[in-house]
Amino acid sequence: MKKTMTFAAALLAASVLGGMANAKTLVYCSEASPANFDPGTTTGGNDFDASSRTVYSRLVEFKHGGTEIEPGLADKWEISDDGLVYTFHLHPGVKFQTTDYFKPTRDLNADDVVFSFDRQFNKQNPWNGEKYLPNLTWDYYTGMDMPKYVAKWEKVDDLTVKLTLTEPNAPMLANLGMDFASIVSKEYADQLEKEGKMADFSTKPIGTGPFQFVDYQLDSVIRYAANPDYFKGKEKIDDLVFAITPDATARIQKVLAGECDVAPYPNPADIATIKANKDVTLMDQAGLNIGYMSYNTTIPPLDKPEVRHALNQAIDREALIKSLFQDAGATPAQNLIPPTMWSWNKDVKFDSYDPEAAKKVLADAGLKEIQLWASDRVRPYNPNFQRAAELIQADWAKVGVKAEIVNYEWTKYREEGKKKERPGAFQIGWTGDNGDPDNFFATLFACSAIGVSNYSSWCDKDFEDLIQKAKKTSDQGERTKLYEQAQEIFAKQAPAFLLAHSQVYAVVRNNVSGFKMDPLGIHRFDGVDKAE
Amino acid sequence: MLRYLLNKIALLIPTLVGITICAFAFVRLLPGDPILAMAGEHGVTPARYEELKEQFGYNLPVWEQYARYVGEVATGDFGVSISSKRPVLQEFKTLFPATLELSFFAMIFAMAIGIPAGIFAAVKRGSWFDQSLMGTALVGYSMPIFWWGLLLIIFFSGYLGWTPVSGRMGLQFFLKPITGFMTIDSILYGKWDALRSALSHLILPAIVLGTIPLAVIARQTRSAMLEVLGEDYVRTARAKGLSAARVIGAHALRNALIPVVTTIGLQVGTLLAGAILTETIFAWPGIGKWMVDSIFKRDYVVVQSGLLLIALIVMAVNLIVDVLYAVINPRIRAA
Repeated sequence: MKKTMTFAAALLAASVLGGMANAKTLVYCSEASPANFDPGTTTGGNDFDASSRTVYSRLVEFKHGGTEIEPGLADKWEISDDGLVYTFHLHPGVKFQTTDYFKPTRDLNADDVVFSFDRQFNKQNPWNGEKYLPNLTWDYYTGMDMPKYVAKWEKVDDLTVKLTLTEPNAPMLANLGMDFASIVSKEYADQLEKEGKMADFSTKPIGTGPFQFVDYQLDSVIRYAANPDYFKGKEKIDDLVFAITPDATARIQKVLAGECDVAPYPNPADIATIKANKDVTLMDQAGLNIGYMSYNTTIPPLDKPEVRHALNQAIDREALIKSLFQDAGATPAQNLIPPTMWSWNKDVKFDSYDPEAAKKVLADAGLKEIQLWASDRVRPYNPNFQRAAELIQADWAKVGVKAEIVNYEWTKYREEGKKKERPGAFQIGWTGDNGDPDNFFATLFACSAIGVSNYSSWCDKDFEDLIQKAKKTSDQGERTKLYEQAQEIFAKQAPAFLLAHSQVYAVVRNNVSGFKMDPLGIHRFDGVDKAE
Repeated sequence: MLRYLLNKIALLIPTLVGITICAFAFVRLLPGDPILAMAGEHGVTPARYEELKEQFGYNLPVWEQYARYVGEVATGDFGVSISSKRPVLQEFKTLFPATLELSFFAMIFAMAIGIPAGIFAAVKRGSWFDQSLMGTALVGYSMPIFWWGLLLIIFFSGYLGWTPVSGRMGLQFFLKPITGFMTIDSILYGKWDALRSALSHLILPAIVLGTIPLAVIARQTRSAMLEVLGEDYVRTARAKGLSAARVIGAHALRNALIPVVTTIGLQVGTLLAGAILTETIFAWPGIGKWMVDSIFKRDYVVVQSGLLLIALIVMAVNLIVDVLYAVINPRIRAA
């Protein structure tokens, strides 16, 4: 009997949803399966595409296609003069999604906001640990140093929330636009807790975002429908489908065959084919990333800036970039941050190719041998560490420096590379999280990041003072000046060889409009339309 | 017969223990650990690293971790995935039908072509057909699956547009899985266009996955046939004046098929291994793709339990083949 019932229910679902075939459907060929649908608990870009950017919204949002902050669930906010208290005013009448597994009885309020953050750090909160999901680590919350900076979240009234910090932290607002800061429903959480089905919170998401979750067939297809109650207005496409397609060649073939409308990350080798096709458009944007090579600045003779400059000058960077990125192209880096980011210092120049000058300095410094590190993984900012190492090795050989290439598997590579005593030059890179310069300068080169992600073990007092001051200043004009100075010091001290900011690509069928490339590497479908 | 069966089952126990050790050791021999894999470029502070190690139990001595693992597996607890936080067994159950369905159709493809081709080659021994078939079989056997799959996609899906590129079914069909087998489910729902879509999605991956078994079956059928065709009773049948078709079909083939059946059973391991690459190329949501993803994520739990579950299936199939063989051929039982 039970089986018959299940069958009947499934049949009903199929016939109801079968009607969806006539609606306007956009298919996105995503690159990987999401770990789950709770953006607080995941870390991958593909996880966020499938959860935070579709189902959820945040207090503040990044402008579509940019890194500027704009109002989200909070219409407006005030920051106290000492930079310690943030007061957010919520948009009234925001509805959580109504689905077959949850029917909200109230609108979004301050309780939801407080709960969304409390669950990520408060060990007393039942949603913080084992009771919800095993082995929760809240990686982004801790990774962005939130436990250090957040003193408390408070509900002032239903539509007002107050955030108090332990010390001023200007990037905080940008942090709140990040995926882990997505606002979840407390009412839904309470319902699941009562029903003893807490794990459903990560598999059947409820948010206030543009699309609502319909179904996920593990490792295969995710289905969403436009949220009819979306507070910024219902989307133009009715159904959004993620067809999970890990192989890059298959993904591009699917777009070309019309089986999907948008696909990310084509192989550089396929770019010419895509450009030649009349039905699709190759979209690109300078990514919010940097590929670089850290010198260990504590081990002589690499402790001398002139030696590091000489090594930089010995590398034919233009040829290197051409060989690595081929048709995909990349922008040679002038600074650590990409030119699309505010505070980028246009006057700072990177070392130009000058092997003759380099040769003399290196001979005087007595640098004859150096370790040059490479790993096996393809990264957006460096598609081939090994080839880069070989080309740099050849360039350095021309100036009398013999480089020994050191290879490790990717996770081991970073583990070994971050050690203070690691010698030589270490290839690495970074993709920004939130568009704030602090996310590059402090994350990668603050003194406190030595042994974590400061692979140069570089701790320069002047640079450090500037970036710490910028972190505590809320005025963006003031911060811009500080970061511009920091970039001058960086260029003078040369703790690293700067390679390039790579392009990020997506392939879009021509009947799709409104899709924008995003510097943060996320794929958003709000505001996207499709002509039949 | 019972003793034979018990003997076979007893032999499985040391194999199983060996597999748990291998699965456990292999994943730990891979460089890099799951905590660093999770952290990505962000890195973790040494203090946080120690904290996480303790939370996941990786601070314990390796033998203790192994003992825990075996203890859990013995009680049917295959653990919870580090990355998705879902029980491994639940994910396995959801994904396995996809692999099974693909393997089934791959096998049908391999047998439907491999057996007749093998017979024909044996009958026409030394002919140009025999020569080229055996040559092709060798090529098929040596074909890198990855390359072969992409080649077929680019030609049949991209250039000719005959078959879908990847996936299990057209996205316009939205069937809640009943059995997890898309072909069966679409019949249960009575949706014939969905069935057609599921079958068309099966064509390329089944060909790719079936290529190696096809080559093996064709060669095995040919040699078994040749052996039987040389037997006295075949000569007798011919001497009686039976038609060639009757000699081959009724007398030779039935006897030649015994080793072929064994070969087919033993191809299950090949199919599951091949599924890893085939599923990744064709975005086929089965256990092969699941294992690859988990290895990259250093999801120890999924890799070690997944390996064990797959090994259990291969062992079970081998056991069934052994038993069937004994049923067909009573001489084996006595041996």
